[in-house]
Amino acid sequence: MREGMFRNLSGCAVSGIFSKSGKRFSGELIIDSISVMHERSNGLGGGFAGYGIYPEYKDFYAFHMFYDNFAAKKECEEFLERHFDIINLSKIPTRKVPQIKDEPLIWRYFVTPLPTKLASSQLDEREFVVKCVFRINTSIKGAYVFSSGKNMGVFKAMGYPEDVGRFYRLEEYEGYCFTAHGRYPTNTPGWWGGAHPFALLDYSVVHNGEISSYDANRRSIEMYGYKCTLQTDTEVITYIIDYLNRKKGLTLKEVCSVIAAPFWSTIERKPQEEREELEFLRSTFDSLLITGPFSIIVGFEGGLMALNDRLKLRSMVVGEKDDMFYVASEEAAIRVIQNDLDRVWSPKGGEGVIITLEKGKS
Amino acid sequence: MNLLAHDLGYRSLNEIIRNTDEDVVIDRCYGERFIGSGASGKTITINGTPGNALGAYLDGATIVVNGNAQDAVGDTMNDGKIIINGNAGDALGYAMRGGKIYVKGDSGYRTGIHMKEYKDKKPVIVVGGTTGSFLGEYLAGGIIIVLGLNSEDVPVGNFTGTGMHGGQIFIRSPKKLKYLPKQVCMNTADESDIDSIKEYLTEFSELFGVDMDEILGRPFYKLTPNAKNPYKQMYTYN
Repeated sequence: MREGMFRNLSGCAVSGIFSKSGKRFSGELIIDSISVMHERSNGLGGGFAGYGIYPEYKDFYAFHMFYDNFAAKKECEEFLERHFDIINLSKIPTRKVPQIKDEPLIWRYFVTPLPTKLASSQLDEREFVVKCVFRINTSIKGAYVFSSGKNMGVFKAMGYPEDVGRFYRLEEYEGYCFTAHGRYPTNTPGWWGGAHPFALLDYSVVHNGEISSYDANRRSIEMYGYKCTLQTDTEVITYIIDYLNRKKGLTLKEVCSVIAAPFWSTIERKPQEEREELEFLRSTFDSLLITGPFSIIVGFEGGLMALNDRLKLRSMVVGEKDDMFYVASEEAAIRVIQNDLDRVWSPKGGEGVIITLEKGKS
Repeated sequence: MNLLAHDLGYRSLNEIIRNTDEDVVIDRCYGERFIGSGASGKTITINGTPGNALGAYLDGATIVVNGNAQDAVGDTMNDGKIIINGNAGDALGYAMRGGKIYVKGDSGYRTGIHMKEYKDKKPVIVVGGTTGSFLGEYLAGGIIIVLGLNSEDVPVGNFTGTGMHGGQIFIRSPKKLKYLPKQVCMNTADESDIDSIKEYLTEFSELFGVDMDEILGRPFYKLTPNAKNPYKQMYTYN
């Protein structure tokens, strides 16, 4: 049974590491961090996102695919060839790990939209790619795009995150940013696509919590052409962030004021200009307010954002050492990879921490 | 007895602690959970970052943390003492019913919520720095003291004492607290109020080497429940 057939709720662990100077480091570090929080997961999903990992193909969209069978692969590749120039394709390298079983076919394609197709679609390039991703995920049975950004990639599976990391040989990748997730769904049929991170273009989201506004958010975001295929909270959060940041042009700080808007009683006490802005954002996008417990780490090209729900019903700690930024569900997951921190603190509920590469670095 | 937490794993570690009457010193601690839960009659010293639910149901033991603690320290603790030479996470002293917790630095959201007291059982939390929102939410008994020693502003977040119906919260602050929920009364603490918490302030001062004059150098505000205006339906209208 696939996810999407019923709703599932989850606990979870999250972790993220970011080099502000753009220095690339091995994926091994994020495995060490997330494995400290083993007890927060139950083996029903683990995953990673890495940024800056494909410098040799940085101008191409990297599609990571799960296929149930060769027929799905064939149909999907025909679709890709009709819409994209495929620069390179290969199996994603994995190693046999006893804990990871029943893997689907896992393939990677570096692609760029065919100029004629793109022109006739009258869409901008990124919107064209999004449309194609949704097309594959909703209409090609047994094919699922789980990563579609440039110079980044998602790696996820059924299992504990440390096993998933070894399965995907994550230590062989180098990037300036990695995020990780260990999943603890309380009610799931379990499918590889349902593991985190969820990603669309270069946005990726790892999430601890369970949002109580799921259906209101889903109904709202589906009006703008997004298709929620998996019924998990995190998929909806990913699309909301894509919609507000990429399509509506809100800054990430403004996105935080929409999805984790302060209470009206808190807004009332703000100075006039700030109050008016917060009132505008909360009123305009009221159905995109996310309620219920969550802590999320959002990766995007050149940056990272960490955010708690406005009531701070989930834990999140951030730390800094020189040019390195760390964030995790538990401080221990930071300390285990960097004990000598310059600063460590817990952001307030609804207060997004946004980190970007220093100018000129990528 | 010396133990290396990360090498043992939390299950073996806690089993060893449970089965000894000796004092314990723990090194290489990275998030191992439930340390000292239900413990009595010994001192447990932790060098590192203990995991969630440190000292849950503590029953008389003393726990000293040299570092920061995570979430749910002293959950439902009954007796004993927890001393944290650093910060604590969310839900510190949740539903505590006895004993004392001293935190040198800050504590997170929901500090001391649901605390209660009965006869000689009177839980006490002293936080040297600041706390997050929902401090003492649904407080039914005991004393919470927030000193804000590292802060030039009100050292607590929003919704302090929401649903409070017993106990006392003392907040040392350069400014009066605004926007308290209707079910909370605020008064400037007078001499007899300060005397009633002097033993805890003195212990804090001795534990962390903070000068008593500095602690008493700012006004304290005392929060108690307002029986005329009980808690109702906060979430419905927000």
